[in-house]
Amino acid sequence: MLKLTPKEISERSALRVNPCKTCQPVGAIYAALGVHNCMPHSHGSQGCASYHRTFLSRHFKEPAISSTSSFTEGASVFGGGSNIKTGVKNVFEIYNPDIIAVHTTCLSETIGDDLNAYIQDMDLPEGKIVVHTNTPSYVGSHINGFFNMMAGFISYLSKSTGKSNGKTAIFPGFVNPGDVREMKRIASLMKVPFTMFPDQSGVMDAPMTGDYSMYPKGGTTIPEIVGLGDCKKVLALGELTSEEPATVLERKCKVPYTLLPLPIGIDATDKYVMELSELSNEEVPYELEEERGQLVDLMLDAHFYFFNKTVAIFGDPDTVLGLTRLVLEMGMIPKYVLTGTPGEHFVKLANKLFEQFDVEGCTAKAAGDLFELHQWVKNEKVDLLIGTSYGKQIAKAEDIPFIRVGFPILDRYAHSNFSIVGYKGAMRLVENIANTLMERQDRDASDEDFEMVM
Amino acid sequence: MNVRNIVLDKYSAKIYKNRKEHIIEVNEETKLQPIAANSRSIPGIMTNRGCCYAGCKGVVLGPLKDVLVLTHGPIGCGLYSWGTRRNKAKTEDGNNFIEYCFSTDLQESDIVFGGEKKLKQAIKEAVEIFHPKCIMICSTCPVGLIGDDIHAVATETEELYGITCMAYSCEGYKGVSQSGGHHIANNVLMKRVIGTGDAVPTKKFTVNILGEYNIGGDGWETERILKRIGYDVLCVFTGDGSYETLKNSHVANLNLVQCHRSINYIAEMMKTKYGIDWIKINFIGIEAIVQSLRDMAMYFGDKALAERTEEVIADELANIAEEKDYYFSKLKGKTAALYVGGSRSHHYQNLLADFGVRTVLAGHEFAHRDDYEGREVIPTIKEDADSKNIEHLDVEKDEQKYHAYLSEEQLEELKTKIPLEDYKGIIKEMDNGSIVVDDLNHFETEEFVKLLKPDVFFSGIKDKYVLQKAGVVSKQLHSYDYSGPYAGFIGAINFARDVTMGLYTPAWGFVTPPWKNKSTLKASLVGGEK
Repeated sequence: MLKLTPKEISERSALRVNPCKTCQPVGAIYAALGVHNCMPHSHGSQGCASYHRTFLSRHFKEPAISSTSSFTEGASVFGGGSNIKTGVKNVFEIYNPDIIAVHTTCLSETIGDDLNAYIQDMDLPEGKIVVHTNTPSYVGSHINGFFNMMAGFISYLSKSTGKSNGKTAIFPGFVNPGDVREMKRIASLMKVPFTMFPDQSGVMDAPMTGDYSMYPKGGTTIPEIVGLGDCKKVLALGELTSEEPATVLERKCKVPYTLLPLPIGIDATDKYVMELSELSNEEVPYELEEERGQLVDLMLDAHFYFFNKTVAIFGDPDTVLGLTRLVLEMGMIPKYVLTGTPGEHFVKLANKLFEQFDVEGCTAKAAGDLFELHQWVKNEKVDLLIGTSYGKQIAKAEDIPFIRVGFPILDRYAHSNFSIVGYKGAMRLVENIANTLMERQDRDASDEDFEMVM
Repeated sequence: MNVRNIVLDKYSAKIYKNRKEHIIEVNEETKLQPIAANSRSIPGIMTNRGCCYAGCKGVVLGPLKDVLVLTHGPIGCGLYSWGTRRNKAKTEDGNNFIEYCFSTDLQESDIVFGGEKKLKQAIKEAVEIFHPKCIMICSTCPVGLIGDDIHAVATETEELYGITCMAYSCEGYKGVSQSGGHHIANNVLMKRVIGTGDAVPTKKFTVNILGEYNIGGDGWETERILKRIGYDVLCVFTGDGSYETLKNSHVANLNLVQCHRSINYIAEMMKTKYGIDWIKINFIGIEAIVQSLRDMAMYFGDKALAERTEEVIADELANIAEEKDYYFSKLKGKTAALYVGGSRSHHYQNLLADFGVRTVLAGHEFAHRDDYEGREVIPTIKEDADSKNIEHLDVEKDEQKYHAYLSEEQLEELKTKIPLEDYKGIIKEMDNGSIVVDDLNHFETEEFVKLLKPDVFFSGIKDKYVLQKAGVVSKQLHSYDYSGPYAGFIGAINFARDVTMGLYTPAWGFVTPPWKNKSTLKASLVGGEK
């Protein structure tokens, strides 16, 4: 496995090998799928929509809808105006969503299609809405696409009436439906009236009923997105994912925001809970305190399996930072921390965590790839690898225990139904880490060292 | 009203006018009519089609294990075509390029100022780190628009590093589906790879398998059977394939075409240039395999080979007989719908029939009219603006390497007996009353399922969960739901086992909660008598 990867690391400035990111549009589709009765629309060639739907379906094991402008060579030369016009008309006619969320692709961006003008020119059926965002695939990653689409919805729809609706807007970051559910549960326990935006729960984890519904029950509703402008505050979760849309909303509707890390691990979940507590002016209920106590209990019970173990973590920036914080809280050393998404802020935040927990010899990198991570690991091995499905090759090649967390996970089931956020999510991660490390100890133990009780 | 019309009638006039040409309810009359295919999908209609890049890099070039395939473009396209097609490939030394994804990961400044500089640098780095003997550059959409000359870069690469390098202008917007990409890949392989080796024909029963991508190990199971009989499989296009074997594929005596759509161009060109006959075979489905093996034996006209063929057939059939009967008993009487790329929707009907399953609907994502109606319609296919953009390559006879196995007379005689240079297409073999749909879309899938109620729907990941959520067993025929092989005799049993699992998994029995079937709430009338 990966035998062509040499141990010697050489400088690369142009060749990307085994990426740790994908392009903007897939993030835009995922954000749009978190809106109720919404059809994501890809303004580009058919292949984009096909690849993105495939990618999302493979991660969630759910239908992932998106229409496309079906560019041909002609449209690429003369512009995609007529394609989007026909496309939007047909989507409303055949698939009847309330709203179409258009995102661009590298194709339509390169030819400079002006979506603003196209949309203004459209004759839309009564009550139907089209919004758009620009998601050039050659900038940033799927994370940018995700927050750009959120910003697109806000720019088009959110309005300030001057009268607060008393609600808090929660931007969950690029997380699974299981995570969104847990964030909502905690907010409800804290008695905070809220709008979750976007909200893929009930959409990308829809139940089996025997009836297919193109637009399942979940998703943020259009009135809720409009109402974001009347929220008293935004909790923007995920420092590198949620700030952009929060800024757009602040600028447009003067809604202030608090930027928090994704609530992964104890400290970050504490911050989320305390922020909610401040908003509702409610005591933290025993239910949450109990969960927190159980988590700490578990971390103490099993600490000798974690302490000073080295970990390599890769994936999306906020997820990786959250996991880094959690393993540090567990006494582990996050030796390599890598995201494919560009942005040096990631490195700063990771270094801050290394300092805070006083660990040395850890490396953080943004805009990296898995080829480089593999080379690092070849030079100095780690005890555990945490990341997306693409890590399975490195894990096999170097015989490292591996835990799948993040996006995408293409080769396992049920992961997106459960959470990694909140105290319960952290318990799930701690259990998973413990089991994985202990399984390895069992596997490698000689008969005389094989323990019945551990 | 027939099922076709019920579905079409739900469309507005404009869409109706377009789609009615793509849908046929099979009967003696419609069997003779043309079907619209390989034409543009309507914007906004949720088509399952992919793009030119997907056909070129994803399908044809992706499986080559000793080639560094470099995607020139932003990151997405390269990532999506990394490790997702299940083309299995084994190498002797363990060095295997298909485990990797290589991309130039173009950034905004590259789009503005041109990406050639980055491409050249990426190639330099690739050569220094990976020492490939062959690099193939594949373009994505923006590359064509900003005008990067990837062909010039390829030429320069060959001069600089003394390796083979070729470029594929397979921008996603070209053509109307993956099909254009297959053609582009075929052309460059023909121009630059096939026949560049110095091997000479030495053995007699030498074959290449064309259009076999070794998904789930299909190619290996096919090769196993052929080798048992005594054939030498020189080269597989392109499953578990390599640049090294492709170079010498011109010495084979017969080309076996499995996927007609993606590779018939090479089959035709190799016939013209090297004199290699091609025959349409099908290693999916028990009866189809038996027929294909007999056709091959007839082609070579060797008594011992024919005898050995029958021995192997008898032995292979005996090996699977018990399991075949078992699965037949589980599957007989079921109905199926198939919607796959360009050939499988046809091939799998044979396999389903082996187990008593009737096909009620079949369609192709990116087929041309000849895949539906048979190759005899090729001269009547009109070129349009999109198909004109895909180069048609004309090749000439290579006087040195030309080696026809049969004489013209033998060939003409055999043509009446076996499918030499012929493919009959899907429609003629389908039952009256069944539906054929070109470029089936999301809406039509839902509607046809409601009306035809197939027991199993074979399709891809994009509609798999749509169908399953609607209560229909759905199996992926692109990836085999991560199982396989489905080709060959052993594959037939694997397939039947997997379909049986899908139909009989106990979870289907729990879809409706018990409280939905009966009222569990006891109501009492307010104000009524006690």
